[in-house]
Amino acid sequence: MNQFRLSYFIFLSSFFLFAQKNKVDTDLEWELNRESRYFYDSAAYQDQLTYYPSIAIRPTYSLKWNEGYENLIFSAYFCLDRDSNRTYWDLREFYYQKAKNNLEINIGFKKVFWGVTESNHLVDIINQTDALKSFDGEEKLGQPMVQLSWFTSGFGTLDFYYLPYHRKREFPGKKGRYRFDTVIDGNDVGYESKQKAWHPDFAVRWKHYIGILDIGLSYFNGNGREPFFQFDEQGNIDAYYPLIDQYGVDLQITAGALLLKFESIYRDAIAQKFFAFDAGFEFTFTNIDKNGLDIGVLGEYLYDERGDWSISGLQDDIFYGIRVAFNDTQDTAILAGGIHDLETNTNLFTIEGSRRFKKNFVVSLETRVFSGISEEERFLLFFKQDSLINLSVSKYF
Amino acid sequence: MKNIIFSLFLTLPLLLSAQTDEEKGAQIVAAAIEADRGFGSSTVDLKMVLKNKNGQISERTLSNKTLELDEDGDKSMIVFTSPKDIKGTSTLTFTHKVGADDQWLFLPSIQRTKRISSSNKSGPFVGSEFAYEDLSSVELEKNTYKFLKQEGDLLYVEQDPVDPKSGYKKRIAVYNKAKDYRLEEIEFYDRKGALLKTLTYTDYKLYKDKFWRANKFEMVNHQSKKETLLFFNNYNFEVNLKEGDFTEIALRRASN
Repeated sequence: MNQFRLSYFIFLSSFFLFAQKNKVDTDLEWELNRESRYFYDSAAYQDQLTYYPSIAIRPTYSLKWNEGYENLIFSAYFCLDRDSNRTYWDLREFYYQKAKNNLEINIGFKKVFWGVTESNHLVDIINQTDALKSFDGEEKLGQPMVQLSWFTSGFGTLDFYYLPYHRKREFPGKKGRYRFDTVIDGNDVGYESKQKAWHPDFAVRWKHYIGILDIGLSYFNGNGREPFFQFDEQGNIDAYYPLIDQYGVDLQITAGALLLKFESIYRDAIAQKFFAFDAGFEFTFTNIDKNGLDIGVLGEYLYDERGDWSISGLQDDIFYGIRVAFNDTQDTAILAGGIHDLETNTNLFTIEGSRRFKKNFVVSLETRVFSGISEEERFLLFFKQDSLINLSVSKYF
Repeated sequence: MKNIIFSLFLTLPLLLSAQTDEEKGAQIVAAAIEADRGFGSSTVDLKMVLKNKNGQISERTLSNKTLELDEDGDKSMIVFTSPKDIKGTSTLTFTHKVGADDQWLFLPSIQRTKRISSSNKSGPFVGSEFAYEDLSSVELEKNTYKFLKQEGDLLYVEQDPVDPKSGYKKRIAVYNKAKDYRLEEIEFYDRKGALLKTLTYTDYKLYKDKFWRANKFEMVNHQSKKETLLFFNNYNFEVNLKEGDFTEIALRRASN
């Protein structure tokens, strides 16, 4: 597979590079994760289960030399689950990094995040979403790339990306939750491009800050990360990755305890052109009890010109949330919130809490409730029985 | 001619023997700031030991980089190295002499950089007894001053924070005149005027024949009975850091 070919190349070239230097710091860290996902509503489709225990392991190995100006990072992920599609491995990161003066180059599998908003990540496009691991799109698959970053204090940062290979989104199997009535095989999703996955994609991003304003402008050209879905007369799903141009802007104003956030994209493909934005705020009341308690209030409005063809279903929605941080030695934190669809009145509620125990255990509890999913919801309707409680325990060593 | 008048203005306060306690307090703090000027840049590793009132202990380790700037406040970067679940979490801070500091937070698990609010002055830094304001760089403009007393080489100066968001009504700082005005102790008084915390600086070492650095900070909270110890290791004043080491790209890189 291509993942292996590229990895081998990175390993050899970086080995050659650091072999000539003297002081090398190495660090190996493991995360062992036990997850218990419990779906309390009866399954919508045959073969789906109610209880999904899973085990995952994530080793991270890093080499640092030349006073931290050169790095080699390796991070893999393996997950074992009752849903066979959720039993998989991924090379999250495997890259060589070198910085000199105001330039930095990165070669290999890497994760990159763009954007400022909390409920949706419109601008963020470099990595494919790990749809098996996260419903909210926060988990990503490693993306092969050459990234060149250039910084000047008066002009901010320019990032150039050459992305030689596209990674497909994976979908749950027939035993899995969060699937359509017909099971999609991620490998069957084709491409508009004749070069398929090997179409060379390019991206550029400019990021700067002026006083209280942080600004990012981005452009992406190549294989879209989100498949384009069509339904035929029989209701069968036909999906492919279109060739897209995407223009993005993200802004944040940091005015004391108030953050104002805005993200917007325009995506242009032959099959579909659309505009979307996410605009909102976050206000934090700090140290309320004189003991470190912070409470943040969040609100965002989401618009997507695709309407009910928006895969996230966030086409005319309000997100609201409350973030509680105790700032204690165990880093206890809670995030509770919901998304309300202004057109269909569909509601989605989530509560996530996490806390460290002893030195190296982190326990988190998450509930996600689908409530009153409207019959008009094109994609979300498939998941209306998929409310869940998820208890996750991670050990770090 | 102009220069003569100007220098007369400068020396005038020194000629007048009737110096107020406010002027003397500010002068001592200015002398302490002046004595520490010119270090350029430095790096240090820290171990933070947090004790609760039952004596239970938890630890965090972090590394810190600082770049000294004359025209504005310092730039600094903190990278957490333990506990392991937050390893790589890092902050970049541009302090300003006037106005709010600029601050960014990097979260390694999702590789996300967030601009965060720096308005939380009085809140605790990562569950410790140190408030954010206790750790920010010393700028003369941030307080009003009053000289209290002298005991041998020790000078006691009251500092009243200008910022209404500060958690303190006043601080009483003890400077050592014989050791380049280095700090020996600070007492913190809460908004009601009650004694809240005492910070003691010990295990001082002199670097580059000029810069005193305490290798141990001990902060005791008298109200909650909690305690935080900070141990500083591997001070390096020879790193010669540049502005390019204090950018969003550098923040990402430092988390590795």
